[in-house]
Amino acid sequence: MKLQVFRVVVFLVAGVFFLTPLFAMFEFSTRGNTDTAPRTLHAWTTIFQTPDLTDAIVASLELAVITSLAMLVLLLPTMVWVRLRLPGLSRIVEFICLLPLTVPAIALVVGLRPIYVWININVTDSILALALAYVVLVLPYAYRSLDAGLGAIDLKTLSEAARSLGAGWFTVMWRVVVPNMSTAILNASLLSVALVLGEFTLANLLNFENMQVAIAYLGLAGDADTSIAVAVASLIFAFVLLMVITFIGQRRRPSLTAAGTDPEYLTVGQRA
Amino acid sequence: MSANAVETRARTGVEVRLEDLRKVYAGVAALDGLSLTIGQGELVALLGPSGCGKTTALRLLAGLEEPSDGRVVIGGQDVTNFGANKREIGMVFQAYSLFPHMTATQNVEFGLQLHKVDVNKRRKKAREMLDLVGLSAHANKYASQMSGGQQQRVALARALAIEPKVLLLDEPLSALDARVRARLRDEIRRVQLDVGITTLFVTHDQEEALAIADRVGVMNRGRLEQLGPPTAIYSRPATPFVAEFVGLTNRLEGNVHNGEVEVRGVRLPLVKPDTSDGPATALIRPEAVSLAADGEEATGPLSGTVISISFLGATSRVTVDLGDVVVLAQMPTAQASDHQAGSRVRLTLRPDPVLIARDEKTAAEA
Repeated sequence: MKLQVFRVVVFLVAGVFFLTPLFAMFEFSTRGNTDTAPRTLHAWTTIFQTPDLTDAIVASLELAVITSLAMLVLLLPTMVWVRLRLPGLSRIVEFICLLPLTVPAIALVVGLRPIYVWININVTDSILALALAYVVLVLPYAYRSLDAGLGAIDLKTLSEAARSLGAGWFTVMWRVVVPNMSTAILNASLLSVALVLGEFTLANLLNFENMQVAIAYLGLAGDADTSIAVAVASLIFAFVLLMVITFIGQRRRPSLTAAGTDPEYLTVGQRA
Repeated sequence: MSANAVETRARTGVEVRLEDLRKVYAGVAALDGLSLTIGQGELVALLGPSGCGKTTALRLLAGLEEPSDGRVVIGGQDVTNFGANKREIGMVFQAYSLFPHMTATQNVEFGLQLHKVDVNKRRKKAREMLDLVGLSAHANKYASQMSGGQQQRVALARALAIEPKVLLLDEPLSALDARVRARLRDEIRRVQLDVGITTLFVTHDQEEALAIADRVGVMNRGRLEQLGPPTAIYSRPATPFVAEFVGLTNRLEGNVHNGEVEVRGVRLPLVKPDTSDGPATALIRPEAVSLAADGEEATGPLSGTVISISFLGATSRVTVDLGDVVVLAQMPTAQASDHQAGSRVRLTLRPDPVLIARDEKTAAEA
């Protein structure tokens, strides 16, 4: 009983802690121009009437998707291969993946700027080129999530079983590894999406206008209520995404009954 | 259910040949020139201690490792350079290997899907295979909802569903408890005989190997020490290693002379009569030793004191201290019950041919 009360209290405190700023931001974004003016959704409707802002939001969403996919395509097969075939390299791969955590954003920009100058001139000046830098940025978080997922399955046995049944490496990845790591993959993707949607420094210093940069410009231009409205919307989007991923993760897991506690265990070996 | 339910296309088994296979890891030979031929539909068990190379041999046959040297021939075709997915083998692993996100049926269908089998045939085949292993009632269960024994039976059904040329069993029973292990062992043998598939079974459990196999290969340090029927392996071990690894063995000091060995005043014939004369250690099975109660006055080199009597069911094992060496004797429990711990007994050695072990010191003396 005491434990239940404690749980409810913790849940309420955490709820207040997370929801109060969100509510305050929403309240601010719906204020009128004067103290006596009625509530208005003007800031929210303005989001869709400001082409620069919508462009930046779309660009950020595209970047989030591209970064997540690129991260998965790059990291997942690499980690699987290293685990199965080159376990001696696992420490080195881990070190490389975690390295971006230790490099300050400004140092990254200094290193990346010449590359982006070259890309802008010779390849494309699209903001989507930022995905290259973002893949590096999300590596540490994605690595940790995928590593935990790989550690939770018997990768060697499952892949060898699939191979012995006639599966090529692509089939092993697509039909065996990915379905059994769906939660870890979704978590890694969520972290990547959240990081990309909240990223400001790289985009700003490399002269790209993503959602965060656009929000900052709006604030500087005096349109604070619209910038706050976009910020609230992006937070709610991340929150909903997290809920969806949690829900999918639970649904994908078959109801677990530990071997040995299953009543059928008692009749093992008897022919049906 | 009957075995007839299973299609027997090409299931009469193919011959498998491992030709002078070698596998070297970081300069150490895990497999040192293994040559082995498994006949059509035969079940050969590779037996040996950890690190003897038996699992390496199986993995080389499966295509999960590449040999440093030698050839793998399945059904007359050299498959040494084929990947695991091209060798048409079925494999059951030591660790539970069912795909956790699939039901038992989906697991069995997986290989058939990869072999582009039509969906209706696939379903039918999966039902038949689950029926074959007695798990039709569990077709829609996930691995997490089944016991270890059930999972291994589904794994067997999955391996057989693709109608492989060879079945490989990599210690599939070692994670199970003793009761389930014994039942599943018999089940595997029944299914193997029903299907008639050539099978290589790897185990470190001698009881398992001797019970299930047509022939047993005993491996040590990457080499095959002896290959033969279970009875021959047990009763006529070719080397001291086989004698000591398979079953229990008494080591008694003796002297070889004229093709016989004299052990504590008893002359015994040799498995290899051409053994050179000199001191040697005779390897004698516990069941070749019998006891006679002689009371307190029992004396002589084969007289001793009963230390303990271990009840094993139909038989019992009696441990006797001869003063300088402890000897095991195995006999029907009714006979063993004539003796008690602490009583004096006289040993009799049955004149079976015995094997001789010589360490470097005794060999030099010889």
